[in-house]
Amino acid sequence: MTKLIPDEAPRRREGRGFWRKVWAVLIKEFIQLKRDRVSFAMIIMIPLLQLLLFGYAINTTPRNLPTAVLLQENNDLTRAILAALQNTRYFKVTELPKTEAAMDRLLASGKVLFAVEIPANFERAVRRGDKPAMLVAADATDPVAAGSAISALGMAVQTALKHERAVPDSVQMPFEIRTHARYNPAGKTELNIVPGLVGTILTMTMLVFTALSVTREIERGTMETLLSMPITPVEIMLGKIIPYVFVGFIQATMIVLLGVFVFGVPILGSIWSLALLSTLFIASNLATGYSFSTVAQNQLQAMQMTLMYFLPNILLSGFMFPFAGMPVWAQWIGEAMPLTHYLRIVRAIMLKGSSISELQYDALALVVLTLVTMTIAVTRFRRTLD
Amino acid sequence: MSAPAVSQSGAEDIAIDVRHLTKTFDGRAVVRDLSMQVKRGTIYGFLGPNGSGKTTTIRMLCGLLTPDSGTGTCLGYDILTETEKIKSQIGYMTQRFSLYQDLSVRENLEFVGRIYGIEKPAAAARAAIERLGLSGREDQLAGELSGGWKQRLALGACTLPSPQLLLLDEPTAGVDPKARRDFWNEIHALAADGLTVLVSTHYMDEAERCHEIAYIAYGELLARGTVAEVIAASHLTTYTVSSNDSSVLARLTDELSSAPGIDMVAPFGASLHVSGRDKDALEAAVALYRGRKELDWKPSEASLEDVFIDLMSKAKDNFQ
Ligand SMILES: Nc1ncnc2c1ncn2[C@@H]1O[C@H](COP(=O)(O)OP(=O)(O)O)[C@@H](O)[C@H]1O
Ligand SMILES: [Mg+2]
Repeated sequence: MTKLIPDEAPRRREGRGFWRKVWAVLIKEFIQLKRDRVSFAMIIMIPLLQLLLFGYAINTTPRNLPTAVLLQENNDLTRAILAALQNTRYFKVTELPKTEAAMDRLLASGKVLFAVEIPANFERAVRRGDKPAMLVAADATDPVAAGSAISALGMAVQTALKHERAVPDSVQMPFEIRTHARYNPAGKTELNIVPGLVGTILTMTMLVFTALSVTREIERGTMETLLSMPITPVEIMLGKIIPYVFVGFIQATMIVLLGVFVFGVPILGSIWSLALLSTLFIASNLATGYSFSTVAQNQLQAMQMTLMYFLPNILLSGFMFPFAGMPVWAQWIGEAMPLTHYLRIVRAIMLKGSSISELQYDALALVVLTLVTMTIAVTRFRRTLD
Repeated sequence: MSAPAVSQSGAEDIAIDVRHLTKTFDGRAVVRDLSMQVKRGTIYGFLGPNGSGKTTTIRMLCGLLTPDSGTGTCLGYDILTETEKIKSQIGYMTQRFSLYQDLSVRENLEFVGRIYGIEKPAAAARAAIERLGLSGREDQLAGELSGGWKQRLALGACTLPSPQLLLLDEPTAGVDPKARRDFWNEIHALAADGLTVLVSTHYMDEAERCHEIAYIAYGELLARGTVAEVIAASHLTTYTVSSNDSSVLARLTDELSSAPGIDMVAPFGASLHVSGRDKDALEAAVALYRGRKELDWKPSEASLEDVFIDLMSKAKDNFQ
């Protein structure tokens, strides 16, 4: 006959064993993650896919952007400018409106992304050295495209004028380009995007992983055994969060490396500060996802909450639209989200070379947000099956 | 119905002592005013039909559910305020398999060992695998085990930390008779070593293997004590009637069921158990049939099953 209990009871360690229990859950989570092919693939695929998709948009030099040109005078010089525009291949002159109103309509309707207006008496003014203004209106809803196209425009026109010998060689810039970026006055540069992607990708994946962790145990019934054992909500939480700190760290490293080596984004600041604050940000997202999972009734609800949380993060964190341009109420919402602070941190470290001490406020905000969400998670965690 | 008094010789002798436990779900009382005492070192059977509140009661004992009212102790610890201490001293085997399906047998056992603070979880898991006869399956995922082996693993997990009290919720449901017998032999060996076991079950033969039983229906504890005490307390009078002709018995079943004074007719192999709560009324009813040559009437003792069915039908009249 087999015997259920050993003749000699196994020795138990003294004390509460806080970290020992965290460790037990941590190992379990790691094994489960390892066995879960889909999640495992997600860790690698989400950052890769996102980065390549966005990166494609970053890398592609915009071509053949539909452009309207309003010529208020027609002579060799203006025709040369028109030809030069076409030659850049950035622009494709698709419309030649007769009036300013017609040009505005084209821009507003989205038929063209650029509208160039060469005013009357442009040639004479150039010859006199009066530096007349060439007006360029850009639909900057796609700031990446708009930004690089506008800089190309100036070069192209200047070259055209030189060839025309319309201008004395001594004059550096015989005319002025007055750009008016419509719809998105901030016109961010592409460098902003890779650091921004580190933040959004981490937000998304970290939330998805932890948002399911408690509800999954409830739905699979394993919560009953877990709760019947001597372990506290804090121990369960830490054991479930810590494995994903590593996962998040690997993801962040992947994105940053791709950003640096594929897209040429610099890291001007300290890589250690970046690593440290990124870890903090990862923990903050995990705590948020975990707290969703303690509030949600089932896995579906947890996913819905994650999506609902993700949207304002994208819109109000400064990832899509410049933070400073948002109304005050939206800024307040933004301040309550970890992504907002992390975007400032990661952009400042990578692009401006800022140090941690300069980023104190945002780092502290991350700490506070992490602690608050962890407290919510622990208090909301149901210790019973009631 | 009179419940036998439980000896109050001292708190140390009592593993479970709960009073007036009540639990309501969505306004429906699932456990009503339940009191029970379980002596240390005994095997206590917890019987009752499906949905009667057995699982709910067990969950309240180990702190998984908070009773709406009532008090009690488990291993001397308060079930309302000292659940952490209770949890470290008990082993709870859930009715539904609730270990990790995507962890192997060994990983599950090691996990349990670590949580309970066992010094060498890997060694303890290895020893448990051997003890349970799970050798050769230690690297199989728990989810891929067959029902019987899953139960074995669950049992191994809850006994691994050498608890003082085992709460087993229908541990033998769907297990073959040989494995059931082995299981009961093991349980008796454990109890002999001083372990207390509370086990819920459907099987009558298992009830008779318990030192004491409690019967619960519709959330109400209807009877408790040793098997003999429960049968005596039922005050059922029973006759066994047999016949050489099985068609006679089949017809007789219908006749007797509707006869006044007869509360229960249950077929038992080639005979019928005929029981009544009122001895005189039953005698009178039976007297009408005694004259029949082909029938052989014998006074007998009510079986546990007779008692439970009777209790349940009484409870049904009261609560439904
Ligand atoms: N969490 C719950 N919420 C609502 N009703 C429940 C819950 N748990 C159990 N019940 C109900 O309580 C009754 C008793 O259930 P249970 O204790 O599982 O009975 P048993 O274990 O004796 O079969 C059942 O009718 C069941 O539907
Ligand atoms: Mg049950």
